[in-house]
Amino acid sequence: MTTLSLTVNGEPVRAEIDPRLSLADFLRENLALKGTHLGCEHGACGACTVVVDDMPMRSCITLAASCEGVRVTTVEGFDDDPVVTRLRQAFRDEHALQCGYCTPGMLATARDIVLRHDRPDTEQIRAELAGCICRCTGYRGIVRAIARVIETKSQATAAKAGTT
Amino acid sequence: MKAPAFAYLRPVSIAEAVAALAEGAGGARILAGGQSLVPMLNLRVAFAETLVDIGAIADLRAVSDEGETVLIGAGVTHATLEDGASGDHWCGMLAFVARDIAYRAVRNRGTLGGSLCHADPAADWPVAMMALGATVQLAGPDGERALASEDFSVDVFTTALEEDEMLTGIRLPKLSPSARWSYRKMRKKAGAFGEAIAAVVHDPARGFTRVVAGSSAVGGPCRLEALEGAVASGSLAAEATIRAALAEREPDLDRYEMQIHATCLRRAMKEVSS
Ligand SMILES: Cc1cc2nc3c(=O)[nH]c(=O)nc-3n(C[C@H](O)[C@H](O)[C@H](O)COP(=O)(O)OP(=O)(O)OC[C@H]3O[C@@H](n4cnc5c(N)ncnc54)[C@H](O)[C@@H]3O)c2cc1C
Ligand code: FES
Ligand code: FES
Repeated sequence: MTTLSLTVNGEPVRAEIDPRLSLADFLRENLALKGTHLGCEHGACGACTVVVDDMPMRSCITLAASCEGVRVTTVEGFDDDPVVTRLRQAFRDEHALQCGYCTPGMLATARDIVLRHDRPDTEQIRAELAGCICRCTGYRGIVRAIARVIETKSQATAAKAGTT
Repeated sequence: MKAPAFAYLRPVSIAEAVAALAEGAGGARILAGGQSLVPMLNLRVAFAETLVDIGAIADLRAVSDEGETVLIGAGVTHATLEDGASGDHWCGMLAFVARDIAYRAVRNRGTLGGSLCHADPAADWPVAMMALGATVQLAGPDGERALASEDFSVDVFTTALEEDEMLTGIRLPKLSPSARWSYRKMRKKAGAFGEAIAAVVHDPARGFTRVVAGSSAVGGPCRLEALEGAVASGSLAAEATIRAALAEREPDLDRYEMQIHATCLRRAMKEVSS
């Protein structure tokens, strides 16, 4: 067993864990945060993607023990996140989810796309999303939702630049 | 599937990590980003009695400018190189290669050193590093040693690392501003491993030219010296010459494999010469 202390959704957490425990299993089993979903458990599908120190990471192939001292945000912790708040609305408007299994990972990934890109074209958004598999939607709604949030962000930046 | 139980250590210095490897006597393994090792442990195709997690060793994330070369710490992530956060002395080549490795969530954890040590024959960094003339810096119980990337890369999933050694850094010569490079990869979708890779670097100011191919089909990164003369002289190698160089390295390529490797090489050499 090894001792782990980290911050999850703003709360300090301390636990004794088996070193082979993945971050995904730690979140789901130890903390009962079932919003983090598992699809492939080897890094390929993106369902388990969470935000670690402001970067999206695969919780299925990250050992919980390696997360000493980090800040983890799962889908349960996005309530007050300004980007995810806009993404949630855009996902709703653009029908970017059906069963919702991929959605927690999609939101963590989409948030990162919005934050790192100012004017991506559809091709770039699709390339960035290549690591997130959705079996329901066919992706078009997801791509449109992300594009829409980036557009409002660019408009806000342009408006700000215009006033100075 | 889940990994069988292992012990876990989190050293904060290279010396501690090397000591932990020696103590583990063959049963200890380095854990870097875990982006290859953790899935392999879970699938039970790799085993470890003890994992030595090097994620807390700050020295391994350092990048030092040494004048004509830059020493990149083994723990620098693909994402850091993608963002150019460690400086660009390679005319954008490192960022270009990094951007197309896996997905951002994987690139945020996966490291340059981990990719080289894992030595997946289809991986990107081993090919790119050989094309740039990198040397690797290893640390073991008897001190440090340096190896050219050609000597480090031994075979599929096999490097020159001894059981009690670790990779600490990658020393890369800077490219001259007039240098040209091309990196071509054929793959089924964004983020998937390449089925064929070609990297060409031509730096006439330094008299340096490299042509490297890589993939599972050719058994990992391989320098194709027979093609370097054409690139150095600014001429285009004939298709038959490209195919002969590939066949000499790997006589068993089927027609499809030969086609995609030859096409990547031809395009890369043309891009550098144009
Ligand atoms: C979905 C997915 C897609 C991917 N696609 C690509 C791709 O397109 N191209 C590509 O190149 N890669 C790809 N990868 C692999 C990825 O680049 C890995 O990050 C990389 O291969 C391993 O780096 P790591 O830091 O995660 O190493 P780890 O997984 O931690 O370690 C890998 C191996 O190297 C050893 N090791 C690590 N660091 C050291 C060190 N400093 N000294 C000694 N030994 C060490 C470990 O003991 C282990 O045996 C993909 C991975 C995933 C999950
Ligand atoms: S469950 Fe982690 S990437 Fe598929
Ligand atoms: S909404 Fe069902 S998998 Fe994406």
